[in-house]
Amino acid sequence: MNLLTAQAPGGVPRSGKGLALGIWRFMLVALALVLSLGFTQLAVAQADPDREMTTAAPGITADQWRQVRSGETGPNYRDSRYESDYSLINASGETWRQIRNRWVSPFGLIAVFGMAALIALFYFIVGRKELEAPRTGRLLLRWTLMKRALHWTVATLFIVLALTGMTLLFGKFVFRPLFGDGVWAWMIAATKVLHNYLGPIFGILLVILLVSLIKDNIPKKHDWVWFKKGGGMIGKKHVDAGFANGGEKAWYWLLATVGILVIASGFVLDFPNFNQGRDTMQWANIIHAVGALGLTAISLGHIYIGTLGTEGALEGMTTGYVDETWAKEHHNLWYEEVKDQTLSEEEVAARKSSGGSSEPSAPRTS
Amino acid sequence: MAQMKFMCDAERCIECNGCVTACKNANDVEWGIQRRRVVTLNDGEADEMSISVACMHCDDAPCMAVCPTDCFYKTDDGIVLHDKDLCIGCGYCLYACPFGAPQFPQQDAFGERGKMDKCTFCAGGPAESKEEEYEKYGSNRIAEGKLPLCAEMCSTKALLAGDAQNVADIFRQRVVHRGHKDGGWSNNPQASADNLAYDAAHKG
Repeated sequence: MNLLTAQAPGGVPRSGKGLALGIWRFMLVALALVLSLGFTQLAVAQADPDREMTTAAPGITADQWRQVRSGETGPNYRDSRYESDYSLINASGETWRQIRNRWVSPFGLIAVFGMAALIALFYFIVGRKELEAPRTGRLLLRWTLMKRALHWTVATLFIVLALTGMTLLFGKFVFRPLFGDGVWAWMIAATKVLHNYLGPIFGILLVILLVSLIKDNIPKKHDWVWFKKGGGMIGKKHVDAGFANGGEKAWYWLLATVGILVIASGFVLDFPNFNQGRDTMQWANIIHAVGALGLTAISLGHIYIGTLGTEGALEGMTTGYVDETWAKEHHNLWYEEVKDQTLSEEEVAARKSSGGSSEPSAPRTS
Repeated sequence: MAQMKFMCDAERCIECNGCVTACKNANDVEWGIQRRRVVTLNDGEADEMSISVACMHCDDAPCMAVCPTDCFYKTDDGIVLHDKDLCIGCGYCLYACPFGAPQFPQQDAFGERGKMDKCTFCAGGPAESKEEEYEKYGSNRIAEGKLPLCAEMCSTKALLAGDAQNVADIFRQRVVHRGHKDGGWSNNPQASADNLAYDAAHKG
């Protein structure tokens, strides 16, 4: 509907004797105006609804309002906003809000803190898994410097991303009342910048880590037995495990599947300059939050087992070497393969002092 | 205490975009941002309709519910405002908003969003001084006892702004004057149930 611009009628050329004519014409026009006012009054008085209904443009129908509500846009949809592809009504916005606020947010909190509580309970009841036999003092190379560096970088980024992500979801309930607006404004802005800029780095490094570990994490038949025996907790007998046991492989494949989903959805959210729509970002946000909260909860288990929960596990990832006894008890199949490559502490120290880069890659096949 | 609302009478909107221009002008809105927009459905067809939309200042505002920084608040007049000092440009308010009201300036790398901007019902926002308020949020006409400029300047008075009760009264009068049995929504299948004109005529 464009504004019509009517061409003004051309003026009559003025001449000397046209003056008298002009006065007459003015009188006529004035008369016509007065008369027409009377007629208009009459017309208003006579307006009746039935006649209007037959002559007026059709009113807005309920079907049109339903069309508006559905968020649907037809080929003849127009929006006066610059570069806007948003429908009049964002039909899925409320669904996204409800999923996020009613389900993801409370159950994510329950998952993470529930897991922490379960682990604490397990630690106080069952306690740390100590080595059963005394250490032999002979060491085996388990993690090369490259893999340790990669692991700790990814682990640090994971923790930072988990903390900042949870601040984005729950921070306003805790830190805003605690610190006040001045600190909170600075804190939440830093949180977003950290999360958005470290996220892609984490994504790339996790993929490299996954690729470098895939050979050790191919599922084997004995892994199934490992799970059925609860990793050795049922039956109190050692269960077979190669370089990676069933639980480690499960964690690996969770990261290789859910982790990749979280990274992919994170990229969708992080770079809104590829014309992805609002609906796409709503889904990406839900996938990202559910996946990330799930991984955060499970990572607590990984962190517990790797540090407090198992004697001798952390030193593998810090020094790179594990004790022969630890290898025999926790990874018997791997131990059988590499038991002729044990080193004394002096040999390890000599190797390390000659420079970390000269370390041989850990010989292993699972 | 007033409960401020916008209402656009789609039977009157002629898609002149005067409200859009008035808003840009009154609030000195940043380049690339348009707090109000006019949407036309079925353009050029017999059932063409236009409607002007901006932030509708919801009672239960979804933007407020999902904001990670909790930067939104409601004034005593029921106007939804936000604090740009707290906004981090995450975009969640845009995901949730039913009307596509929040907009983000994109001047940083990787399409990173700047601080969100939306209609303030010409009520400004939180700031230390009047100058700062104008700079960040635009004019505060409410503080001067005036209504939003978009509605004030609407040539056909399709766009109404004010206390919800007043807006509803004006619309009710229009529906009665239009005189159709179902003057609010023509061909409304529920016409007999919610016939405003009939109610008004029979109950005074």
